[in-house]
Amino acid sequence: MNEILFDIKNLSFSFDKKKVLNSLSLNITKADFLSIIGPNGGGKTTLVKCLIRIYKPPIGTILLNNIPLEKISQKELAKQISYVPQISENNFPFTAKEFLMLARYPHLSRFTSISANDKKAVTEAFDITNTNHLSDRHMNTLSGGEKQMIFIAAALAQGGDVIILDEPATFLDPKHEHDIYKILRKIHLQKKKTIVSVTHNINSAILYSDKIAILKNGEIDFYGNSDQVTKDGILEKTYDKKFTFIKHPSCNKSIIVPEVIQ
Amino acid sequence: MIKNKKVILVLFSLLALAVLALAPLIGMETISFNSILNPNLDNIKRDIFWRIRVPRVLIAFISGSALAISGMTFQSMFRNSLATPFTLGVSSGAAFGAALYVKVGILFSILGVAGQTVFAFLGALISIVIIYVLSKIKKGFSVGTMLLAGVAINFFFSSFILFIQFISDFTQSFSIMRWLMGGFEIVGYSDIYNILPFILVGSTIIIFLSTELNLLALGEDIAISRGVSLSKIKNILFFATSLMVSGVISVVGPIGFVGMMVPHISRLIIGADHRYLVFLNIIFGGAFLVLCDTLSRVLIAPVEIPVGVITALLGGPFFIWLLIKSSNNNQVI
Ligand SMILES: Nc1ncnc2c1ncn2[C@@H]1O[C@H](COP(=O)(O)OP(=O)(O)O)[C@@H](O)[C@H]1O
Ligand SMILES: [Mg+2]
Repeated sequence: MNEILFDIKNLSFSFDKKKVLNSLSLNITKADFLSIIGPNGGGKTTLVKCLIRIYKPPIGTILLNNIPLEKISQKELAKQISYVPQISENNFPFTAKEFLMLARYPHLSRFTSISANDKKAVTEAFDITNTNHLSDRHMNTLSGGEKQMIFIAAALAQGGDVIILDEPATFLDPKHEHDIYKILRKIHLQKKKTIVSVTHNINSAILYSDKIAILKNGEIDFYGNSDQVTKDGILEKTYDKKFTFIKHPSCNKSIIVPEVIQ
Repeated sequence: MIKNKKVILVLFSLLALAVLALAPLIGMETISFNSILNPNLDNIKRDIFWRIRVPRVLIAFISGSALAISGMTFQSMFRNSLATPFTLGVSSGAAFGAALYVKVGILFSILGVAGQTVFAFLGALISIVIIYVLSKIKKGFSVGTMLLAGVAINFFFSSFILFIQFISDFTQSFSIMRWLMGGFEIVGYSDIYNILPFILVGSTIIIFLSTELNLLALGEDIAISRGVSLSKIKNILFFATSLMVSGVISVVGPIGFVGMMVPHISRLIIGADHRYLVFLNIIFGGAFLVLCDTLSRVLIAPVEIPVGVITALLGGPFFIWLLIKSSNNNQVI
């Protein structure tokens, strides 16, 4: 069960001499739900972009199933890993269904048309995310929550066993946020998918993920079971602020409550 | 709004066929169908029709198609309707190459391709390399910055062209200037054979990459995460566009704005799916430029207005309209 999916070693990455990842090492275990938390600008987005080769870090190695990432073609990589980027106001000039069909790109060959498999994957993705009613809507007309759900559906349609999400629930209302985590839990448990989710919501990370990694100043400061993060002043050290914890009434995990300001 | 994209394509094809059939009949000399079909009648009109009008209309169509899909490709790669080979300076690079060739005047051909086309291609490549390097050195260069760079590239090559004209004799200078305005009046069948390979290769590549263009329209990060080998695909697209733009420009001059107006309007008509959009651009772009050329022949006949002047007169206001529209909602495509 504890097979290593991503083996990241001594990864360094800079923008214009500004060091963003600083000899970072981390193992991501297969079929885990990992949350990556940490202060703004710590390098979380940069790290996940390295994992799908949007960035190609010059220093360090990333092994995916023991194979160096640069040895894997972009298409092959896309068959294994889907990515849900940070929510953007970009123009997406397609309907939800066209958008999901485009996610099948790694499975298409240039001279054959869309196969029954592709159609099935898209239908299933709509079903799992309960978004069938959105399939003919134009992406630009969707609300933030709906759009995010379609992005997750597209990640599912793409078909890989790994889904990497960058702040999937930031800016969403509590209902949409909950829906998103419910679906992530579901595909994690039922389909044994590996989920890597960057988030600022520490309580969600504690409640829904198996593991938490803290990324600060381009280094991994903490990696462990998600319920360990509330111990030993780890969060206090990470964010340089005081935290108050209470036991969640239904699951007995320690979670954060907001501070009272006098 | 017609929903079925294939119906739209068929309708536009019929319109384009009508334009293609009628345009050669119109001009200083109106020609009737009868005088072409009846072999005993009116040899001069038949000659005008077959030797002058038909090649002219054909090359206008081919050029319009090529400029439209080149524009479409740039718009999709940069995700902005204002970013076209013309506005980013590729056309002026090609124009510089072609003007240099007129001045240097060494008549030669490589593998049957005219020297002017080769020079235009090299000029276009210089511009493309500049744009390419600019978009590489600073990731996430905004389109605004790219457009300003395009303006700079345009200035740069325009002054080179001015310089070439300055050191040329009167005849050379005039032929460069006339050619810079863009037009089809001096073309014959040989010009079609000259540029057809460029345009066929370029457009075939782009038709084959229409799914990749769809993904690029979602943004580069998403395209990569869906499995597009971004650098490779972009290099191929840049190459295909340079081929087509320089092929067209070397023969008919830098005709502007077709590559901005046609793809933008095509997108509004048929949507952003490049598997259909490419073909609408081919059909609509061709017909559009044939219409502009026909206008150029008849507007103030017997004087012919250079067709580049007509497209610029239409394109200038269109450009400003796009600018205003995009500053309202930040979405240009
Ligand atoms: N495209 C870029 N160009 C220059 N600097 C960048 C770019 N993207 C991110 N950075 C910088 O890298 C650092 C890490 O950013 P990021 O990985 O987005 O952090 P996080 O996602 O943890 O908030 C920040 O200081 C940010 O300003
Ligand atoms: Mg981030």
